[in-house]
Amino acid sequence: MTKSVRQEPEPAPKIEVTGFNFFYGELHVLHDIVMDIPEKQVTAFIGPSGCGKSTFLRSINRMNDIIPGARARGAITLDGQDLYAKSIDVVALRRKVGMVFQKSNPFPKSVYENVAYGLRIGGVNDRNVLDEVVERSLQRAALWNEVKDRLNTSAMALSGGQQQRLCIARALAVDPEVLLMDEPASALDPIATQKIEELVYELKSNYTIVIVTHNMQQAARVSDRTAFFMLGKLVEYDDTNTIFMNPKQKLTEDYITGRFG
Amino acid sequence: MTSGDAFDSTLTRVIPSRRRRRIGEYLWVFLLGFSIVLILAMLGVILGDVIIHGAGHVSWTFITESPRQGLAEGGIYPAIIGTTFLVLLMTIAAVPLGVATAVYLHEYTPAETPKQAWSRFRTAEGADRRKLFGTVVLSLLAKVTRSAVANLAGVPSIVFGLFGLGFFIQFVGGTMDRLTQPAGEIVWGQGNLLWAALTLALLTLPTVIVATEEALRTVPADQRAASIALGATRWETIRRIVLPGALPGILPGAILAISRGAGEVAPILFTGAAYYLPFLPESLSSQFMHLGYHVLILSTQSPDVEATKPVLYGTVFVLLILTFLLNLTGVLIRARTRTKLRSGS
Repeated sequence: MTKSVRQEPEPAPKIEVTGFNFFYGELHVLHDIVMDIPEKQVTAFIGPSGCGKSTFLRSINRMNDIIPGARARGAITLDGQDLYAKSIDVVALRRKVGMVFQKSNPFPKSVYENVAYGLRIGGVNDRNVLDEVVERSLQRAALWNEVKDRLNTSAMALSGGQQQRLCIARALAVDPEVLLMDEPASALDPIATQKIEELVYELKSNYTIVIVTHNMQQAARVSDRTAFFMLGKLVEYDDTNTIFMNPKQKLTEDYITGRFG
Repeated sequence: MTSGDAFDSTLTRVIPSRRRRRIGEYLWVFLLGFSIVLILAMLGVILGDVIIHGAGHVSWTFITESPRQGLAEGGIYPAIIGTTFLVLLMTIAAVPLGVATAVYLHEYTPAETPKQAWSRFRTAEGADRRKLFGTVVLSLLAKVTRSAVANLAGVPSIVFGLFGLGFFIQFVGGTMDRLTQPAGEIVWGQGNLLWAALTLALLTLPTVIVATEEALRTVPADQRAASIALGATRWETIRRIVLPGALPGILPGAILAISRGAGEVAPILFTGAAYYLPFLPESLSSQFMHLGYHVLILSTQSPDVEATKPVLYGTVFVLLILTFLLNLTGVLIRARTRTKLRSGS
């Protein structure tokens, strides 16, 4: 729908979306989405529940493929490559586009094995390589200092906030270029939430981040660009400051000022 | 008790008197408690009878020697070994096949009913239509397999025995002999360890499949999603996340099925169990003695029932101990996998 007029040169788009539609069986859940997601920035998706923002997020690493009856029309390209082309290797795509879920979902394995999982399925079993990647990923996820003495204990024994950062470390271990985060802090307390937000801010120097959030302040704090979705349509997409200070659409203004949703 | 003295007079007039309600309460508690006592009493009588009459007869010679004197003397060593071989073979045949079937049903066939898939197929077009036709076929296959498994579980065990005789011995074994024994010798066309184990495996298969599918269902969907999102294929996810997560449920199910199979006599009546063998089975085509079958023989075929009674009790005692040990192993394995999973590693 509304694509903002750019005043200043933006970073090159990492992900380009053109005329993207999505269906669950007969249900048309995303309508003609058009947007460019810039590289090494944080893009936030906001909107009321059921507006399609999570579905759209999951379309970027094709996690929706596993739902029966899911169908996509239109194009999403990553570095110019159409993600829905027949030649795309979905498994390789998901290693490039990592994902962090709403509820932390560590495997019932040790902290170490959780982070090493992505490498192990990729056939890496060299202990030195694994040790190095596990340490680096945990450091990037700001968890290393808290778990370095208990790498072999169960991930289930960590606190909720630690588990979520472990899931981020696990996603980082396969060296993705894009990180999709589906309300990553919605189940956490304010302190754990703050840690995740600081982490997102740190990570954007190396990764392109797309984050879905219900928390308006969070979107304002962490993101560079914000997209407002409603009823499966992209209502407005612009710099975060513009969206929150000076939205062009009445709907956007009503939503961010809390008049509905 | 429950009724309160604080109830005001209006309420006490509407609800039945305290006394009547209290009698009802006692009656129900009595009935519930009685059913527990009844079950415990039956178990106690059976176990007590077997232990009192059987435990005394069990000695080192009883479990290490062959039967003598028209089965009235000696031990039951060949029956213990025969039962062990039979159960091992049955496990090797039933558990992998049952787990594989359940994994295919639960992980690879569509979650939709054939009807749902069909209605989507009818409205679809183009390439989707071709893909959906596969979905319809697979979900139909899953439905047929599931009801076949459910029906298999309800078939009386003697029917399995007859099936084993007709299919494994006469058809498969008979054909093998015709092809490999030009002199007309009978090697596979008679009851033996292999055919008996396969027949028993068929009997235990439904239990293994149902228990495994149940266990697969308990693996959280978000763990599967996490694995897929890290670039794992479906099979990698099954092997590294789903199966390890389901193991604490699969093992007790499999062991329960095995211990039920260990005590079944009807399926092996015609498929390989021997009345009396002074030696141990040497190969898959050997006949074998079996504890359960031995109990049947001792109690129905013995020329002198009174003389064989101590041996009979002893045999039942050993059979119960073995089944009990098997169940105990299952419980221990389950407890170990649970703590292992919880502590990671």
